[in-house]
Amino acid sequence: MNDAIALKAEGLYKVFGRNAEAAVDKLRAGTPRDQLGGATAAVIDASFEVMRGEIFVVMGLSGSGKSTLIRMLNGLHPATTGSVEIGGEPITATSPKRLREVRRTKVSMVFQHFALLPHRTVIDNVAYGLEIQGMGREERIARARKVTEIVGLAGWEEKHPGELSGGMQQRVGLARALAADTEVLLMDEAFSALDPLIRRGMQDQLLELQTELGKTIIFITHDLNEAMYIGDRIAVMRDGRIVQIGTPEEILTDPANDYVEQFVQDVDRAKVLTAESVMRPARAVVHTGAGPRAALTLMRDEQVAGAYVVNRDRSIVGWVRDRDVFDLVRKGSTDLTPAVKPDHGAVPADTALADLFIPSLEAALPLGVVDHRDRLVGVIPRVTLLAALGGEPEAAATASPRPDPLPTEMVDQLLESAVGAGAADAKEAR
Amino acid sequence: MDIRIPVGSWIKDFFDWLEDTFSWLFEALRQLFIWMFDAVDWVFATPPALVVIALVAAAALLARGWRFALGSAIGLLFIMSVNQWDNAVDSLALVLVAAFLAVVISIPLGIWAARNDTVSAVLKPVMDFLQTLPAFVYLVPALGLFRIGVAPGIIATLIFAMAPGVRLTELGIRGVDKEVVEAGQAFGAHPRRILRQIQIPLAMPSIMAGVNQIIMLSLSMVVIAGLVGAGGLGGDVAQAISALNVGLGFEAGLSVVVLAILLDRFTASFGKGLGLYSRWRRAAVAKKEADEQARFDAELVEVGGPRRSPGAGGGGGSL
Ligand SMILES: Nc1ncnc2c1ncn2[C@@H]1O[C@H](COP(=O)(O)OP(=O)(O)OP(=O)(O)O)[C@@H](O)[C@H]1O
Ligand SMILES: [Mg+2]
Repeated sequence: MNDAIALKAEGLYKVFGRNAEAAVDKLRAGTPRDQLGGATAAVIDASFEVMRGEIFVVMGLSGSGKSTLIRMLNGLHPATTGSVEIGGEPITATSPKRLREVRRTKVSMVFQHFALLPHRTVIDNVAYGLEIQGMGREERIARARKVTEIVGLAGWEEKHPGELSGGMQQRVGLARALAADTEVLLMDEAFSALDPLIRRGMQDQLLELQTELGKTIIFITHDLNEAMYIGDRIAVMRDGRIVQIGTPEEILTDPANDYVEQFVQDVDRAKVLTAESVMRPARAVVHTGAGPRAALTLMRDEQVAGAYVVNRDRSIVGWVRDRDVFDLVRKGSTDLTPAVKPDHGAVPADTALADLFIPSLEAALPLGVVDHRDRLVGVIPRVTLLAALGGEPEAAATASPRPDPLPTEMVDQLLESAVGAGAADAKEAR
Repeated sequence: MDIRIPVGSWIKDFFDWLEDTFSWLFEALRQLFIWMFDAVDWVFATPPALVVIALVAAAALLARGWRFALGSAIGLLFIMSVNQWDNAVDSLALVLVAAFLAVVISIPLGIWAARNDTVSAVLKPVMDFLQTLPAFVYLVPALGLFRIGVAPGIIATLIFAMAPGVRLTELGIRGVDKEVVEAGQAFGAHPRRILRQIQIPLAMPSIMAGVNQIIMLSLSMVVIAGLVGAGGLGGDVAQAISALNVGLGFEAGLSVVVLAILLDRFTASFGKGLGLYSRWRRAAVAKKEADEQARFDAELVEVGGPRRSPGAGGGGGSL
């Protein structure tokens, strides 16, 4: 048992109607789903693993079996065949008592239409899971209060759900699931009933909470943009089958089939694709230790008007302009430092494309991309950015950036005419 | 051609057999019914009529408000003034006992039917049968099994009135939002706990409608039971019919109407939040909320820090 796996589903089938088992055999033998006679195959052969702390999104059109799938994960629907394990604990083929135990301690759920207990106050709703766990009233109310505050509902504890707006009710639903303090959270179209602005707020809050609390979340949605926004990985379902599992970018840039491709056609790429997925290798890079000559030579060879300056470990220091380096060389200086400008404007690798436009306009060089340790991992020329938005990242490869470097002859002249210590540097760099 | 299926004699044989085999049981039930009736009757008949009227009016004020209190006082005074008070009390006791028993039997049956499709499929035609069979027909075997008196009246009433209780309980529980029940399951609640904490509370309006119907049906049956010597208002109605006494018939009949309206309005008010009682309750709840909020605010102040007061920003703070 791998500790990193929070939930594991294997070969899950769910058939509604008579002769469910026979229908599974037929499906295994290759009978199409619509030729099963009276039975409805809602989920067919679903297998996946969800890692601890991951947000795993299941996406698909209405009727594709998403709700059925998620309800099998906590046993609300018994699976026809196949197995589910949560934290190594089997959900399928277990006694009702054991199953209730697992639901109390390992997995909780947020519902599409909130499913709050209308006759109880907000605080009692939030404390419901703890109540079922057998916690005393004082303690569970105290804990529920904390969670209620985390989701931003402090002051509403004594209201009834009917007095709250939809967004607030779903916060209560979320708080109830969080208060139960289970490792895994199942969310079935939890935000679908909310209007777009509230929805965006809830998504952000969920991401925030997830970072803070490190819950494993399985999230169902039919909204691709939502899936792409919050999902670490996405499973796309169609007619009961999982047709692709991958990161948002994999789904977007490498759809497994026409169905997925059509599905992702109208997604807002600018919000899904990140700097990392469109960046290109940074070629105009000089080390802090290299002299002005080496830098100038490099820029001439690469036909660029500037270069990024990095430390030995590739962590970014700043950038230099060819004209400034030119002056240094002319003065016979061997230290690049005076020409280095610190305002490199590089962005983190996981920045969404939508957030790259302004930095890209402000940067003098192709926009630098750094990883979490500030190491320069690539650059994004403006033309690449545009090509990625158009859905043709390859187009950028053919259209190379057109910088405005110093005329080559001028540089050559300087480098050749140079005498003394600097000349050796230049040779070495070439 | 003369084919006659002897259904009648089969049923007669069945009841004879029942009587022979379970006479001890029927005797025990008879004693129980009579004892319950006497107890309830004693409660209403012992104090002077005016005291009872005052108490009922007060209860009406708590349940629905002053208009209903006034109406019930006038209605009861009318009953007293036409000299039907004792009969009305007898009828009321009969209704309350029969309805109580019907509720005690029908609600669990309804719950069982809601949770089990087979039970539901069996109970549905049975309930249809019980409710559509002419009311008088119950009286005959009831008389055979329980002898003359209040006991056959109670048993006939309770069987006749049970059906809506079962049906509306089942309907109410089946009608509870499926997602809410799933929420209970998803958090690991035991089915009994889900029933107690979710299904029954949410099905309450429907269950109460069933109780209301049970009581109304009981009342109509109690009048018929008067024919078999159960006494009460029904006894006078029966007497009026045999003596063609229009005056007596109407006096007793109008008293039945008064009782019916009273019982209907009382049972319909349960859980509706009308009347003084609910107002006090709401005030108490609001005060409790305010207190908790105050305590909570105080705690926050103690903790200190720049946190905004929960009442201020939420807009809904303490009311
Ligand atoms: N209890 C049930 N009995 C019979 N068929 C069912 C049942 N529940 C779901 N189905 C069928 O299974 C299929 C998948 O339903 P499911 O609710 O899982 O879809 P979904 O992806 O959640 O759709 P939506 O986006 O509309 O919620 C549908 O064809 C549905 O009709
Ligand atoms: Mg669904």
